[in-house]
Formats: sequence, C-alpha cells, structure tokens
Amino acid sequence: MTAATEELMHPPVLHRKRKRKSTAGSVAAQMFMIVAVVLWLTPIVFALYVALRPIAETNKLGYVSLPHHLTFENFIQAWKQSQMWHFFLNSALITIPSVLVTLLLASSFAFVVSRLRFRFNIPLLILFTAGNLLPQQVLITPLYRLYLAIHLPTAITGSGLLYNSELGLIVINTAFQLGFCVFVLSNYMKTLPVEIDEAAIMDGATIWNRFWHLTMPLCRPALAALATLLTTWIYNDFFWAITLISTGSKRPITSALANLQGQFVSNQNMIAAAAMMAAIPTLIVYLVLQKQFIAGLALGSSKG
Amino acid sequence: MSRRDRVTIALMLGIPLLLEATFIWFPAIATIGLSFTKWTGVGSVHMKACSSTPSVPGIPQPGCLYGVENYHQVFTNYPDFWPAVEHNAIWLAVFILIATPLGMLFAVIIDRGIKGSRIYQSILFLPVMLSLALIGIIWELIYSPNYGLINTVIGRNQDSNLIDWLGNPHLNLWALLVEASWRQAGYVMVLYLAGLKSVDPTLREAALVDGATGVQTFWRVVFPAMRPINIVVLVVTVIESLRAFDLVYITSGGNPLHGLELLSVAVTQNIVGETQRIGFGSTLGVVLLVISLVPISIFLYQAFRREESHE
Repeated sequence: MTAATEELMHPPVLHRKRKRKSTAGSVAAQMFMIVAVVLWLTPIVFALYVALRPIAETNKLGYVSLPHHLTFENFIQAWKQSQMWHFFLNSALITIPSVLVTLLLASSFAFVVSRLRFRFNIPLLILFTAGNLLPQQVLITPLYRLYLAIHLPTAITGSGLLYNSELGLIVINTAFQLGFCVFVLSNYMKTLPVEIDEAAIMDGATIWNRFWHLTMPLCRPALAALATLLTTWIYNDFFWAITLISTGSKRPITSALANLQGQFVSNQNMIAAAAMMAAIPTLIVYLVLQKQFIAGLALGSSKG
Repeated sequence: MSRRDRVTIALMLGIPLLLEATFIWFPAIATIGLSFTKWTGVGSVHMKACSSTPSVPGIPQPGCLYGVENYHQVFTNYPDFWPAVEHNAIWLAVFILIATPLGMLFAVIIDRGIKGSRIYQSILFLPVMLSLALIGIIWELIYSPNYGLINTVIGRNQDSNLIDWLGNPHLNLWALLVEASWRQAGYVMVLYLAGLKSVDPTLREAALVDGATGVQTFWRVVFPAMRPINIVVLVVTVIESLRAFDLVYITSGGNPLHGLELLSVAVTQNIVGETQRIGFGSTLGVVLLVISLVPISIFLYQAFRREESHE
C-alpha cells in the first residue's frame, strides 16, 4: 500500500499549510472553485426544487419561477402510485447478497494467490483483472443466450431460468465485480507481514483458519472500503438489470426509473421526486462513508 | 499439507474461477465465435454454412455459419455503425480533453489546501455517487424545451423558438457529454487527489528551491511522478467511453435516437425485441472487444510488469 492510500484510510490531512502565499493566485482559485461548485450543484438543487412544487403551479409558471407552495405531495404520490418500496426491496435483495458473496469469494481467491506459493498466481490475477475491465456490452449477447439456456427450479428463480430472475442479477454482478476485488485484495494481502503466518504454520493451523481468523481481520480496512464501493456500484447498476430482466416489477430501483419515467410521463415533478428518492441510499453512503468510498478508489488505483 | 487443506484451497480457488470463467470469459470468447454465424436465437447453431441451409418462408432458420459476412455488413451496410464509431470517438475526446483536465485542475487546487477545499471536494464528488440513470433524469429538467432551466434563462422556451437539446441530432450528443463530464470530472479528481498525495513532497520542494514556478513544477516534476495514476485515469477514461450506455438509454427511452448512436447501444439493440440478430450483435461486440483490449493491455502491463521481473 502506498503512502497515499495509508493517508486515505486514516483521518486525512487535507489542510497542509503552504509557506508560499500568492494572493492573486488564491483569489483566482477561489473564484474558479466557487463557480464550479455552483455549476455542480445546480442540476441537483434544481431537480429537488421541481420535486417540491405542485404540478399545477409549474404548469402555469414554468420551473424557473418563484414558489407559491412547497410540498412533499409529489414524493408521497410517486411512492404510492409506483409502489416504490417494492423496487427498493428488489435492490436490497440483489445488492446485499452480491456484495457479501463477492467479498467472500474475492478474499478467499486473493488469499490463495497472494499468501500461498502457487505457480499460476500471475496469470490468474491477470485473468480476473482483465475480466473486470471488459465493457459489459462485449459479454451481453452470449450472456443473454446463456441466461436463457440455464434452467433452474421455479422455486429458486420464479422464471425457471437464470434470465429474468433476481438470482441472475446477483450472479452477474458478483462475477463482474470479482476481478476488481481480487486485484485490490491480493495487493493488500501482499503488504501484510509474512510473520503472521509463520507462527500459525508452526501450530499446525489449517488453511481455512489462517485465512478466516488471521488474514481476514487484518483486511478490515480494505474490506470496508470495497464494501462501500460495491454497494454503490451494484445499487447503481443499470445495464445488467435492463438487459437480463424483462419483467418490469422484478427490476431494482435504478433500472425501474426508466419505467417510472414512462408511467409519469406527463408529470416531470413526480419523476424528479422519484429520482430524488432513488438517490437516498447512495446519499446516505455519501454522507456517512465518503471516506471509505474514496479510499476504495485509491486502493484500486494505487498499484504500479 | 493435509488433505483437508488441499480441499480448502481447491474450493477457495475453484468457486471464484468457475464464476469468472462461466460468466465473463466464456461469453467474451463466445462472442467471437458467434460473430461468424447468423442466428435469430431460434433453435441452435448448426455447424453448416448458411448457403447450404436455405430459409423456408414461415419457418425460422436455425443458426448457421456465415463466415465474415457479418463483418462485411457491419462495415459497409449498417447505417448506425460509422456514426456510432464517430460518437464513441467524440465521447472519448471530450473525456480526455475536457473532463480529465478539469478533474485534474480540481484536484490540484484542492490539494493545495485552499480555504473551503473540503467542502469543494465533497460537492464536486457528489455526482460520482449517483447512477447515470438518475443523472439522465435530473438533467432532463435542465434541458427540457418548454420548462427547462437553460431555455427559460436564455429565452428560447416559446414554441416558435425552442431549442430541443436532447432531440436535435446535432445537439443531443453534446448535451449528454455535459452530463457525462459533470460526473467524470469528479471521478478523475478523486483519483488525482490520491495520486498527488503519493508524490514525494521533497521533489516538489527541491524544484521550487531551484527557482521553478508552480506551473513548471507541476508539469515537469509532479505530473511525471504520477505516472501510475495517469495510466489508471487513461484506462478508466477509455473504458468508460466505450461503456457509455445508460445516459443514452434513459434519454431516448430505450429507442434508437438519431444523433446518439453508440457501439454499446448498437450491440444491445440486436438482442432485444422481436428479431434477434445474435451473430450480428456479437460482431459489434467483437469490435468493442478489440478496441477495449488496447487500454486493458496497457493497464495489465503497468500493473503486473514489476511482479513478472521479480519471479
């Protein structure tokens, strides 16, 4: 792990005092950043503003006008009319198992290739890392046929196929994210001292004990950062859900937004309200775990 | 090593490997094989040339070997292909020439620790957390012809003088690129913030002591020292430009929209709907695969070169 990631994993020291004080430069930098921040916030604040206003009012005055009423009615109606809780539930049922299984499989694989002497370490790591970089659209045509060809008991998937099932989305999200997590975790595990294993080997500990009881607790910072990234990425996934789920009601919230757009086509205020609600889980991650998220990105890019 | 340990290792390696092989590499390789076939998805693919299996009206033709005919059609006879290539290239160019430098500039300013940098960082980073589908929806309010923010502010919101930002084929790609860059710049910023912190501060100080200006120090000392991050950013930029899909899908409502043809959208259009063209869609997938192998190779070379030399 580089110094950069080290710094990101622990309380970061952002405000390094610089001796040089170029006043003109600082003023220009401040102006530039203020303009940028205003531009960056505008779309989000504007969407929130539209969502808070009754459609009758905006139809008369347009969106760019002073408010007479601000109300949560659009949120309530969007929630009720589209049964949004159902889509949130789908998202949870897909995201949570995907994240947990991905982390378990990726860390066990990373443990073997980074902590044990194994001949095919590098080719295996390359296979996983490259797999994560492929554009999804390279895979989709054969994958779509594969999903239609894999039959499963209806008790497991409902559709009787991997296609159009929540299990199918868990499988592809897991498989697709494995590569990145294996790459990050194997780099992380390589930095752990060899000594932690030596005592355990002397005591005759099993491989599983060395993995689960010795290595995994030391990987907590990396696992926390990856869990944050994965939760956001899988929750935000649009492509797999649009192509591999054909029944609208089975889709998770992010891809269901496309359908809601059609359902509320004459009421942009309600679409805005639905979109704002769909953002809530990621906004919670953003507010509470922003540091973890950034640490995860830093871990992914620190190798080299 | 005990028998139990061997079984443990086999499972720890085997299960992830099986998933990766079945759902990632098998489709990636199958896409190459299918690109030489003609298949509507009905029946299975027969190992016979299409010319020897004449199609009977009313009975769907099973899959057959089509040689390089799909490639021929893609390059010469598919109206969406060259516009899609051009649009993907524009997408990449805007990411490299606008979103990346902007993100880098944000990172450099924030890294200098100016007043309020923590708040600036949080705000500029916010779009990275949002899904592209959601970004597409909230920007529609900005671009909406009659009520949208831009047209109202510039006074082009009357039916006689509307600007249709998302419908006009000369404008819509650029409108979407503003949305995409709005997110991408924050992403690049975070990567460069990590990169800037990894640069040995004594390098920078030495350059300043030698009388270099801040700008010279950045381009001659700091930027080259960030080589690993530069490569990561380059790879992320190219791959993200090839993957571009969600914004277009949301904006066009899932239908083809003139001006927004992209390779990723073209691939998907051939597997949805009544008439599936599995072979043809796979051919477009191979084109994407070949292009994406360039950044992937660059990244793998940089990430694993050092370890190979250690062995």
